[in-house]
Amino acid sequence: MKVGRRSFLSFIIGGAAGTAITPLPWKLMDDASIWSQNWPWTPVPPDGEYSYVNSVCTLCPGGCGISVRKVDDRVVKIEGMKGYPVNAGGICVLGLSGHQLLYSPTRVKSPLKRVGKRGEGKWEKISWDEAISEVAKKLSEIRSKGESHSVGSIVNADSGTIPNLFKRFLTAYGSPNFMTMPSMQDSYKMTLQLMQGVNAQAGFDAENADFILSFGSGIIDGWGSPVRMFKANSTWKANGKKVVQIEPRLSNTAAKSDKWIPIKPGTEAALALGLANVIITNSQHSQKISQSSGFESFKKLVQNEYSTDKVSQITGIDSASIVSLAKTFASASKPLAICGRGQGSTPGSLNEFMAVHALNALVGNINEQGGVWAVPEVDYIKWPEVNLDETATNGVQKERVDGAGSEYPHAKSLLNRLAEVVNSGDGSLEALFVTGANPLYSMPDSKAMKKAFDSIPFVVSFSSYMDETASNSDLILPNHVCLERYEDVPTTAGLQKNIIGLTRPVVKPQFSTKNVGDTIMLIAKALGGSIAEAFPWDSYEACLKETLGAKWDVLVENGFWSDSNSKTVSGEFNFYPKAMESLSNFSPVSLEGSTASYPLVLIPYDSIRLANGYIGDPPFVIKAVEDTVLNGKAACVEVNPKTGKELGLTEGRYASLHTPRGKAKVKVHLYEGIMPGIIALPRGLGHTAYDKYLAGKGCNFNELIGPAEDPVSGLDAAWGIRARLTKV
Amino acid sequence: MKEEGKHNKKAKKYGMVINLDNCTGCGACMVACMAENNVPFKEDESDKLDSITWMRVYKLANGESYPDADICYLPRPCMHCEGYHGHSPCVSVCPAVATDYNHDTGIVSQIYTRCFGCRYCMGACPYHARYFNWWDPVWPEGMTKYLSPNVSARMRGIVEKCSFCFHRHQLAMDKAFLEGRTELEENEYQTSCTQACPAGAITFGDLNNPHHKVNQMVKPDNKHGGRPGDPNAFRLLERLGTNPKVYYISSKEWVRRAGDNYLANEDRTVQQH
Repeated sequence: MKVGRRSFLSFIIGGAAGTAITPLPWKLMDDASIWSQNWPWTPVPPDGEYSYVNSVCTLCPGGCGISVRKVDDRVVKIEGMKGYPVNAGGICVLGLSGHQLLYSPTRVKSPLKRVGKRGEGKWEKISWDEAISEVAKKLSEIRSKGESHSVGSIVNADSGTIPNLFKRFLTAYGSPNFMTMPSMQDSYKMTLQLMQGVNAQAGFDAENADFILSFGSGIIDGWGSPVRMFKANSTWKANGKKVVQIEPRLSNTAAKSDKWIPIKPGTEAALALGLANVIITNSQHSQKISQSSGFESFKKLVQNEYSTDKVSQITGIDSASIVSLAKTFASASKPLAICGRGQGSTPGSLNEFMAVHALNALVGNINEQGGVWAVPEVDYIKWPEVNLDETATNGVQKERVDGAGSEYPHAKSLLNRLAEVVNSGDGSLEALFVTGANPLYSMPDSKAMKKAFDSIPFVVSFSSYMDETASNSDLILPNHVCLERYEDVPTTAGLQKNIIGLTRPVVKPQFSTKNVGDTIMLIAKALGGSIAEAFPWDSYEACLKETLGAKWDVLVENGFWSDSNSKTVSGEFNFYPKAMESLSNFSPVSLEGSTASYPLVLIPYDSIRLANGYIGDPPFVIKAVEDTVLNGKAACVEVNPKTGKELGLTEGRYASLHTPRGKAKVKVHLYEGIMPGIIALPRGLGHTAYDKYLAGKGCNFNELIGPAEDPVSGLDAAWGIRARLTKV
Repeated sequence: MKEEGKHNKKAKKYGMVINLDNCTGCGACMVACMAENNVPFKEDESDKLDSITWMRVYKLANGESYPDADICYLPRPCMHCEGYHGHSPCVSVCPAVATDYNHDTGIVSQIYTRCFGCRYCMGACPYHARYFNWWDPVWPEGMTKYLSPNVSARMRGIVEKCSFCFHRHQLAMDKAFLEGRTELEENEYQTSCTQACPAGAITFGDLNNPHHKVNQMVKPDNKHGGRPGDPNAFRLLERLGTNPKVYYISSKEWVRRAGDNYLANEDRTVQQH
């Protein structure tokens, strides 16, 4: 057949028309898409029996009650527990994501022993028996050399059975070096000790206060027990109570307060004393409290050194605002002043805490409704005294490596000093245990901390996750995550009630992990002698049951135990402890760096959507972070548009951020809510460990800042650092 | 077209009232939604255009300079627009009836197996409440264990959005049926975000029911497209006539103005017809 031009064209056109009319290609395309949509990797979650288990979340110090929804033996959702005295049904982003941590691929699935260089990420799986004997062998060696005091531990907190087991272990072994992660609670405790002579935690009867004066506390940014504070904030709004927020940046708390008063950062103590001066001058203070010891000296101090004009000059707040703030604060019927910057994860300057506490005392709210309460620890851990053998007796009498109790007599633990002490060769540790904490990420100047860790020959991590500290250790003995274990959770941050919550296993352990309480007991038993005798219990669960005694049944039944009578302790108030003398000449905590090379001031800010403690953001939470905080792989630095203009920086462009301690590549976010000349970076980013959803995103603020020792407490008082921001 | 409630005298109109004065921007609603509805996640979620968030919290700014700057957070679920007689913008354009307006509950559905991904609805939605699955969802090893059987996982090539946790409505109705009831109590059906909000900023219920808190809070004028009666209450893009069922309350005028587009000198409170 001859194909002419005409027949060729008819064939093409006819074919095209035919193809267009026939449903076949469309049908095939549809079938193909349906087929590909049904590829087996879209999971079909299996159905099963539904149940709820109540427990307590331990992901942050907040200690909220949770109600965990299960389908058969799987956790599918975590909700707030109704009626729990801390959070009353509410929950935060981190608690909601607890099941992602349970099933996370970043979990350490069995005991691991390092085989490569430290931090290289090469591990060998070992059995629990091997792991325990490995630790015991090392510890026996150190002990037999008479170096028992060179073993230390870093624990998340100092109350509850787990921290106390570690403390007991170190005592029986013969070391004074029990260290805890620092927080504002350390400063509050010390303030209560110095000004009231009591050994207690500060609790805030926030719900009953009617005028809240916050010196930079992130009331709704994660301060105290976060969910409880969210609820308190809503209660205040519903009842027309007032909140005044004092800080240089328009945080969420500042935006939701009734009045935001920007202040030159670091001068909060001066403002508190300036307010005290106005209150005393106007005789608005509680007459009862003016009989207290030290009142006259305090009065002299504020009247001579903190006149309104002077304070105005120091703080950058105009005189009229200071006077009117003092008047409204003192004339409120239940005023309450709080401090502890952001989430309160750094202790801060003791002077500031004392000044704010004095303000509370002036308006007579100590241990009163709507005020600050001195809450004693729930006294339920009554274990028999440890019988110390000779080595232990010698060991515990040695000075602590961090100088707490010796150089700084009021301090109990000064982890912030560890890096410096170890790196300068003034002290050393042979072995270090880390549990419930991630100091290589969350301590200021984390690079120095890393260096200190590098010089410690034996680091044991009990972390459930491959975090920064675990990945730089020699041995990991993984703990169960909180959905798999028992643990007691005593009175949480800033709570004024005496309660104990019970964390309990919701599902059986997913991997070959052990409750850290059991692990420490096994190590003790392997060491034998008086160390083994200090732990007479068969298991951690048995220890917990025995410790809680009659409370155990209540805890199992309700999920929490609470003291029906709220307890406070009182001592005579002292307005002018010796530590306050340094305030006679106000000088803010000095900032590292020179003004010439570092013209800006960098401060951190906390967001409830960024976990910055032991736990890093799970995938859901990092997903909820705004694109003006984390953009691609870069953290955004908040810059006032005025400052941005001077530096030639525009929204969204890359810049290089330098501080005396480190540098980072950041993106610029122009924000009208920050004081010109100050720039702010979020805390909680810049992880190098964890999974791809978190690691390598943004920069770690702790790498950019160094510690500043408070002259009285020895705790870290740094609140910022000088910085330079340049175009790249 | 069916008239509202004609075929069912007891038609519900489930809606939400969000008090922006109480909202702290904590993001619990977003995460509670992700956890409840098997919303997937990927390595980089900072490009918010393709980051699937049925509930998204926006940050609004008043545009003033330091120190007069102010911010406010605004959680945005699907508005479940009623339009006029169920003509919500997305339902009107869906060629596959993959999204439909339920006259019994007022909920705009999304049926994944019907959707073939033309994304007309996304173009039609003025609230950016709809998201397209550009990729198949991938959970890291072991994490599929937490997926809830109440909500099917979606596959590549389809659109998804907030359902007002419709499966919770179904479960509550099943339970009521077994107990011989046809009506639900107010607290029996609550969305995941409402339940989670630690600030108590979200209220959910039947806007038609005068005993429900949502009705009392905003006093919707159902004769005029559900316009809020409360002066502090507003809806997003009110003047488009989408008749959304999510109401916001704010005591700040600049926040209320941010809910729609106004001329510089225009008085927001004068109603347009």
